[in-house]
Amino acid sequence: MLLIECPHCGPRNESEFHYGDQAHIARPEHNEGMSDQEWAEYVYLRENPKGLFRERWCHTAGCGRWFNAVRDTVSSRIMATYKTGEEAPIGADQEGGQL
Amino acid sequence: MRYSAFSLLRNTLSHHKNWPQMWDNPDPLPEYDVIIIGGGGHGLATAYYLASQHGITNVAVLEKAWIGGGNTGRNTTIVRSNYLWDESAKLYETALKLWENLSQELNYNVMFSQRGVMNLCHNVHDVRETKRRVNANRLNGIDSEFLDAQQVKEFCPAIDLRGGGRYPVMGASLQRRGGTARHDAVAWGYARGAAKRGVHIIQNCPVTGFDIEGGVIKGVQTAKGAIKAKRVGMVVAGHSSVLANMAGFKLPLHCRPLQALVSEPVKPAIDCVVMSNAVHAYISQSDKGELVIGAGTDAYCSYGQRGSMHNTEGTLAAICEMFPQFRRMKMLRAWGGIVDTCPDASPIIGHTPVKGLYINCGWGTGGFKATPGSGFVFADTIANERPHPLAEPFALSRFSTGYLIGEHGAAGVAH
Amino acid sequence: MAQKYRLPDGGRVNREQPLRFTFDGKTYEGFEGDTLASALIANGVRLVGRSFKYHRPRGIITSGVDEPNALVDLYSGTSKHEADARTTMVELVDGMDAKSINNYPSLSFDVGAVNSIFSKFFVSGFYYKTFMWPTAAWLKVYEPFIRKAAGLGHAPTVPDTDHYEKHYGYCDVLIIGAGPAGLAAARVAARSKARVWLVDDQSEFGGHLLTRGQTIDGMDSDAWIVQVRAELEAAPNVTIKTRAQAISYFDMNYVAIWEKVTNHMANPPASMPRERLYRIRAGQVIIATGSHERPLVFADNDRPGAMLAGAAETYIKRYGVKPGKRAVAMVNNDYAYGSILALLDAGVEVPLVCDLREEPDGALTQAVKDRGVPIKAGHAVVGVKGAKGVNGVKIAKLSEDGKSMAAGEKPIHQACDLLVHSAGWTPAVHAHCMARGKLTWSQDMSCFLPSEGSDANPNASAGNCAGQMDLAAALQGGHAAALQVLDALGMPAEGAPAASKAESDAPSSSRILWIVPGEKELGYGSAKHFIDFQNDSTAFDLKLAVREGMHSIEHVKRYTTTGMATDQGKLANLNAIGIVSEALGVEPQKVGTTTYRLPYTPTTFGVIAGRDIDDLLDPARQTAMHPWHVDNGAVFEDVGQWKRPWYFPKKGESMHKAVLRESAALREHVGILDASTLGKIVVKGPDAGAFLDLVYTNKFSSLKPGKCRYGLMLNEDGMILDDGVTSRISEDEFYMTTTTGNAAPVLDHLEEYLQTEWPHMQVYLTSVTEQWATATIAGPKARDLLTELCPDVDLSAEAFGFMEWREGTVADCPARIFRISFTGDVSFEINVPSDYGLHLWTTLMQVGRKYSITPYGTETMHVLRAEKGFIIVGQETDGSVMPFDLDMNWIVSKKKGDFIGRRSLYRADMSKPDRKQLVGIKTVDPSVVLEEGAQLVRDLKDKPPMDMVGHVTSSYESPACGRSIALGLVKGGLAAVGETLFSPQADGTVIELQTCSPVFFDPEGTRQNG
Repeated sequence: MLLIECPHCGPRNESEFHYGDQAHIARPEHNEGMSDQEWAEYVYLRENPKGLFRERWCHTAGCGRWFNAVRDTVSSRIMATYKTGEEAPIGADQEGGQL
Repeated sequence: MRYSAFSLLRNTLSHHKNWPQMWDNPDPLPEYDVIIIGGGGHGLATAYYLASQHGITNVAVLEKAWIGGGNTGRNTTIVRSNYLWDESAKLYETALKLWENLSQELNYNVMFSQRGVMNLCHNVHDVRETKRRVNANRLNGIDSEFLDAQQVKEFCPAIDLRGGGRYPVMGASLQRRGGTARHDAVAWGYARGAAKRGVHIIQNCPVTGFDIEGGVIKGVQTAKGAIKAKRVGMVVAGHSSVLANMAGFKLPLHCRPLQALVSEPVKPAIDCVVMSNAVHAYISQSDKGELVIGAGTDAYCSYGQRGSMHNTEGTLAAICEMFPQFRRMKMLRAWGGIVDTCPDASPIIGHTPVKGLYINCGWGTGGFKATPGSGFVFADTIANERPHPLAEPFALSRFSTGYLIGEHGAAGVAH
Repeated sequence: MAQKYRLPDGGRVNREQPLRFTFDGKTYEGFEGDTLASALIANGVRLVGRSFKYHRPRGIITSGVDEPNALVDLYSGTSKHEADARTTMVELVDGMDAKSINNYPSLSFDVGAVNSIFSKFFVSGFYYKTFMWPTAAWLKVYEPFIRKAAGLGHAPTVPDTDHYEKHYGYCDVLIIGAGPAGLAAARVAARSKARVWLVDDQSEFGGHLLTRGQTIDGMDSDAWIVQVRAELEAAPNVTIKTRAQAISYFDMNYVAIWEKVTNHMANPPASMPRERLYRIRAGQVIIATGSHERPLVFADNDRPGAMLAGAAETYIKRYGVKPGKRAVAMVNNDYAYGSILALLDAGVEVPLVCDLREEPDGALTQAVKDRGVPIKAGHAVVGVKGAKGVNGVKIAKLSEDGKSMAAGEKPIHQACDLLVHSAGWTPAVHAHCMARGKLTWSQDMSCFLPSEGSDANPNASAGNCAGQMDLAAALQGGHAAALQVLDALGMPAEGAPAASKAESDAPSSSRILWIVPGEKELGYGSAKHFIDFQNDSTAFDLKLAVREGMHSIEHVKRYTTTGMATDQGKLANLNAIGIVSEALGVEPQKVGTTTYRLPYTPTTFGVIAGRDIDDLLDPARQTAMHPWHVDNGAVFEDVGQWKRPWYFPKKGESMHKAVLRESAALREHVGILDASTLGKIVVKGPDAGAFLDLVYTNKFSSLKPGKCRYGLMLNEDGMILDDGVTSRISEDEFYMTTTTGNAAPVLDHLEEYLQTEWPHMQVYLTSVTEQWATATIAGPKARDLLTELCPDVDLSAEAFGFMEWREGTVADCPARIFRISFTGDVSFEINVPSDYGLHLWTTLMQVGRKYSITPYGTETMHVLRAEKGFIIVGQETDGSVMPFDLDMNWIVSKKKGDFIGRRSLYRADMSKPDRKQLVGIKTVDPSVVLEEGAQLVRDLKDKPPMDMVGHVTSSYESPACGRSIALGLVKGGLAAVGETLFSPQADGTVIELQTCSPVFFDPEGTRQNG
């Protein structure tokens, strides 16, 4: 049971949240011209990193809002959470992780 | 040394001093014909079939820790082949046929026990989809039958058909040829068989990089130095994305923690495997007497090999629902593994963007049962440098063309 | 004589309160405060169980959670039946019924013991090497035999009638263990502002002080415990729990604690739960879990009467029972002499002590010497006499290297009925390791100690579990740990007391012999050196495993099953690591440990499930009209969490007949359906129309207020996610409906895209599924019926067209009426606020009587919609079906631009002609109804395998068509409508059929539009 700091509500148990996998993937707006391969990359391919991961969560059983987190996928430690649209407060150079 | 009651007796008389090592622990050579990364069941089976089926014995299996220590040694050992889609059914049935003779083939008792696997239906929708699968299995030549509720009770008297009231049992599919096996023995048996044919099994040897020139594999970097090979097979469930990243490509995988647990051992109480997709739990009893119980995955990406408490709570609630008499049983041990799951809950077998580098991954929560078949088709793929016909539909390229094999859609979770 | 091994006085039991219990049918007496184990000892019961593999006679070895042997079944055959109960942890209750396990026909004569004769054959790994011939025999002969012989107790057969509770807790400091270190820490933490939890698995605080009382702060430790407990009870910020075991430690300091609430009561009030599970989120954790005494590994160390020295001391001091009359001791450390002193004080004769050390030193050693007990330095017990109970030991001097008896040494016999032994103490580092902490081997102490922790789980270890082995160090360690964690929390302790003081033990030596040699070399002769008592794995097995190539400790564990018994290696593991490290010739640090798995001690399924059982496993959602359905005999279908009427049988009517009647009634008169369970989402805001254009395949921004439109929603992979009718309420408000099962996923899907992809859009989504109740009336008389109840809406076909909605009053309730149809007949979906739902329904039923109104359930709905070829998401679709497969090209807008899933529809494999496509199906024999899920083939073969080209998704007997109808997905089906296919059945027969248009009834739509 992770303890996740919702940027709007504060720390809450993981059971209140819904996972959204990798963050900062923009849906391609003009996708008609994309090749099948490029489109598949958007739909299916994910970093799935061992180490730091910028990922999305939704506080489903709380404020209902989506936000982002930087979490270590090995230790489960959450380094930071931040609102959708904001930059990740932790860069790839910190903690030696892979972003 | 061939294992038998006779050799056991002979060794007993010599105070068991003359048993040979099941496999050596050699230092790696500078070059092999084929390197298999990953000493789990699938990797060891691949090496075994490379040697036994294709005569390729100059092979190294590189294992980062100890063989069979990943998902091979962490799963709930269920074996079945009653998958919905033709492509899956053929692959898993190939595996099941190999299971049926595996102890004899390896001269190692993997304790394959065909006690029957039931998948329960709890609502009208389950019944419809289960019948669809049972009918498909039958026409694919796979044993499969639909049981009504009363027949379920006869086959597994321990079950409460009321399902606690919330999940009444309306029927089940039954594959009598399905069952369980001794997971560690599968790794050990394949390792012993491969080593006997000359394969090097190199433990404590993590791969740290790939040597790739012009898009062609040349070898790997490891904790024990560089090792050359023109063909490399990657079979590293739980770390496929990490190694793919080292080789410069991405995979459509998600790593999730999956947990299982056992109870304290008791005398025989349940004589088959019972799975319920609706309540997300499955149960069997090991030869040792422990109830072996598994559940769904945690929701998030993790390499931690540990799951969460609420997952276990849900699983045991579901077990208590189906078997209310087990409420006073006790959980002895719980553990977690990392599963690579694909968007369509089917594996990826075959070529990668790097020439000479082959991949076998994405078995999700259900890889154990496929072990012999997976090794068999993957060895053939590497030996002939083209996908085995059964592996063809499972190519990585299916994610571009859209030809997915959606096993979670109708057949339920693929344990 | 009752309780002949009960000491005349002493112990913490209540001698005023005798309790009666039975063991294997024989009645005994113990006292309140006893464990089942101490009560058995009090009565001189030494043989209590049989081992797993060899069925060797076994007795009690320990006094705690690490007991491998003394397991019983409690209350056999009743709802209180508990298998494999650990007698050392079971508090005695009046009337307790215990049975020994793993023996047949009886404990003292067990036929399974024949295994013991063949034990030389049954070495580790023997299973893998045999039982392979003939192939079929494994399942039929060998395995059933093994299964019957294995297992321990019997599984319960009747449901548990007790209940269990769960509780979430939050604190700043959680202290696990209320021994000296835990209490010392709690005292300090109590003085801070921190919320403190202190938990301990025993019935009273004190830990090992309950066994070996010492002087603390100048007072008797009993008095010190009372004083500290009083301080803690008075502190408002401290919560204390006894009989509460921390069983697992998860990330982010989330600790599960298992409390036994009523197990120690003979007649607990029914209101109390049997057990409780606390899930505590702690800011900081202090781990003060103590240590476990380690057995020596000597020849036949498993005989009943061979017991850990500390356990013997506990039985004497805490329970006032003596485990024997004449005891030989074998030890390798000074601390164990304290236990020997306890034996002497209890009047147990101690003829001699074997000390593995060449030069035994230490204060306690001296004290025993002073009592005139001969101490035989460098000597060991090399053999044990008495199979069902120790009656003597063989003693010999060891060689200098300790690997064998000294040259020329002839063992001497010493009679005794008790053999106490100690190899030292192993820190209980389980919690530290479950919290991802690392371990370092201490050569000095011959054990692993906590080293680096994980910053995800802030904690500190204190006391024995941190290697602070003497009382003074443990008290100091607990005190320091509390200061450290309070500092980390920024919650200083105000006026914290000084650390409690006790006298330090003088340094003394120890001698580690992982294997104490016997008379013969390991593997020769009949003696066995047990490592894991319960699983019967021996030192010889470990060495054999290493010889066979098992070089990882994990392999050794799995090959020999060492550490996999119900004590999970608490007793065995360190000895195993020592032996393996010797066999491999490497340091124990390099061998490492196996992973410390949860739970710390076996935990009841029921308490982990808690209240989430029976009807509460999953919420059951009911509509406003549910009571009427129940009163009128509805049979319900589970759809997601909803209870939906499946059909409404008349007395004695089958489902088949009921559905035919309901269908006919609707087509002829009027039917009424509870459609409240459909998901309903309000989509509101200036960009609502544009947003819907992005989430549906067809256009919604052009829909006029007052109109309704059917829409199809895709996932980004192009596959159908959901369908439903969405209506425009006003310029900036839409009212979306979803399928019953998909209401929540669809809302999540919409929110996700809205918030993360198109946050600039001004749209608000609100689930109103439970705010509205919906009664659908359909059939030729639907309009007449509604006209009677709805005075303010012109319901004529001209004024109120198909796919329109109106606001009005129905049965005096404010209502929204939708003219949409899932049955193909004139149909009105009447939505009223939920509170009026039942009123609306009963009014419609009352007024509808003259129109022969008939309630119908989901099954009839399915038949009627199939007659019209309407799909059901999840039945005609399965995650692999896209709109073109359903011949629904008309609903995929080519003009409006992008929408979710659009690009995926144009991938290479999407235009393949052999995709599975929706067709209607008619069997050649109209009376044959195909099974839903039936598979179809084009080319019939004599027997499987044969190539399947599709399957039946829906199939019914259609009253309107007067024949069976079906829908199915068939490869290339759209281009080949009219083709003949076959459905081979399980019984060998074949059903012949033809594909057709999926619309079977009223293809022009005259009825629904009329």
